[in-house]
Amino acid sequence: MLLKDLFRKQRKYATIPSPEAKKEIPEGIMQKCPRCGTIMITKELEKNLKVCKSCGYHYSMTAPERIRSIVDEGRFFEYDEDMVSEDPLGFPEYKKKIKADMDKSGLKEAVITGEGTIGGYPTVIGVMDSRFRMGSMGSVVGEKIARAAGRAVDKQYPFILFSASGGARMQEGVLSLMQMAKTSAALEKMHRNGLLFVSVLTNPTTGGVSASFSSLGDINLAEPGALIGFAGRRVIEQTVRQKLPDDFQTAEFLLKHGQLDRVVPRHELRDTLIKILEFHAYGRETQ
Amino acid sequence: MKNGYLPFEKPLAELRDKITELKKFTQEKSIDMSDEIATLEAKAARLEEEIYGNLTAWQKVQIARHASRPTTLHYIRTIFTDFMELHGDRLYGDDPAIVGGIAKLDGRPVTVIGHERGTDTKDKIARNFGLPHPEGYRKALRLMQQADKFGRPIICFIDTQGAHPGVEAEERGQSEAIARNLREMAGFKVPIICIVTGEGGSGGALAIGVGNRLLMLEHAYYSVISPEGAAAILWRDAGKAQEAAEALKITSADLKALGVVDQVIPEPKGGAHRDPMQQSAYIKEAILENLQPLLNMTPEELVEDRHRKFAEIGRYTTIVPT
Repeated sequence: MLLKDLFRKQRKYATIPSPEAKKEIPEGIMQKCPRCGTIMITKELEKNLKVCKSCGYHYSMTAPERIRSIVDEGRFFEYDEDMVSEDPLGFPEYKKKIKADMDKSGLKEAVITGEGTIGGYPTVIGVMDSRFRMGSMGSVVGEKIARAAGRAVDKQYPFILFSASGGARMQEGVLSLMQMAKTSAALEKMHRNGLLFVSVLTNPTTGGVSASFSSLGDINLAEPGALIGFAGRRVIEQTVRQKLPDDFQTAEFLLKHGQLDRVVPRHELRDTLIKILEFHAYGRETQ
Repeated sequence: MKNGYLPFEKPLAELRDKITELKKFTQEKSIDMSDEIATLEAKAARLEEEIYGNLTAWQKVQIARHASRPTTLHYIRTIFTDFMELHGDRLYGDDPAIVGGIAKLDGRPVTVIGHERGTDTKDKIARNFGLPHPEGYRKALRLMQQADKFGRPIICFIDTQGAHPGVEAEERGQSEAIARNLREMAGFKVPIICIVTGEGGSGGALAIGVGNRLLMLEHAYYSVISPEGAAAILWRDAGKAQEAAEALKITSADLKALGVVDQVIPEPKGGAHRDPMQQSAYIKEAILENLQPLLNMTPEELVEDRHRKFAEIGRYTTIVPT
């Protein structure tokens, strides 16, 4: 019997991650796959683009990690980096929560926008980060995405946006809802100008974000296993009074139902994007 | 409560009953009690002022959801003439939760679209209580594209709890249907006026809500999430919907203050259901008033105007909270 077989067998009995088991692993040094339970050293996991070596589970990427993994030499010029949320409704606890998420994530808001080159193609890029208010869209997220689309029009660049969001941000009420229209209107201008918009839906992309800009790509891609949908699973279960299949609202489910162009594993994502950029750069060479 | 009174209207309902009784009594017995009646009527007027002048957000939600509140088809039939309903999205089916077609507004052909909740139980069930599926939004889009082609103004009546949350809706692309409408509406070269007449339930409402002008009935509400939903998330207690309704700032006055709504359309005392014909008259007046300046704009100006409207909505700063 080979040594690796021994490990494989053991794993069979360790696939149910319990809260206790999670605590046993010192934070930061190692990570346990939430799907198969395989433990990976964090550094190795990061080197592997945060994909589980054993089962291919795609861990969430932070916005800075995503940017590093996509743009050439990690070089990225950020737009509107100092824009932060107000508390327009005086909503209970909102300011405190924003501050806490800033401290926790080191981000100012739930999206980073800017530009860089991908395979040599200058591109406007937006990346959402689910660590900040679950990636929810309030005024700042909406404004930054709309402005990024505006810059794409000004510069005649393509726009690639990675979404990861629970939807519109409740704490900014109807102003958050209106960001759906604002971002979609900005994309309408891109559309009218014949510019390319690629939406990459990552885990999770739901609610008002799924129902606005992230569904509006000329090409919509998604990462394997990503949760994508309009209504929450529990809400639907309560409405239809039946248990939903396990793969409901996954990227694969959406692909099957004709809602996505492709499901692209993270290791192939940069190359796929370069190929798409190349297709659309033909005949419109930038200097 | 009887006569469609809501719980907070109880004192008024009782007083009105008393007045009716007294009037009947004086007629039957031919006793003159006009002084007493006048006093009570004055009191009722004061009470009315007190109750309807200080409605809380939650009370407004109750009015917006009132079982007898007029629905889109009432408004279409009373504000316009010659309504011809058009059906289907040409892709999957015809969603009765959204109605639409061509009608005349003071002789001018316009495209009218709206959520339709239904009136009696059977109708409500058939219309899924006004909760649209993707084919509903796609029908709306088709009719709007038709209006755009023929240069007809578009009038949308918003009144839904939200887009239907269901398996088939997800399978057929509820998100995509809503998203596409938002983008396409932004680009139409004809005037678009949207009116929130009852419930403005999140993305399912907004999907026919990207207009040059957004009008709202006095007691309608428009929110990113239902008060019950917000309460469940915030306090894990859907029963705290009253507090959530206040915190979310969902009334017509709130939305006017936030720069989202352009004009608040008054309602008859107690709400639209107390005088549906009067309500139609108020809405018609507001539509005509808002449409006129839009008719003078070029197609490009209309698109620009709509883009500017939504680009301006939102609050942000560069001052980091401490």
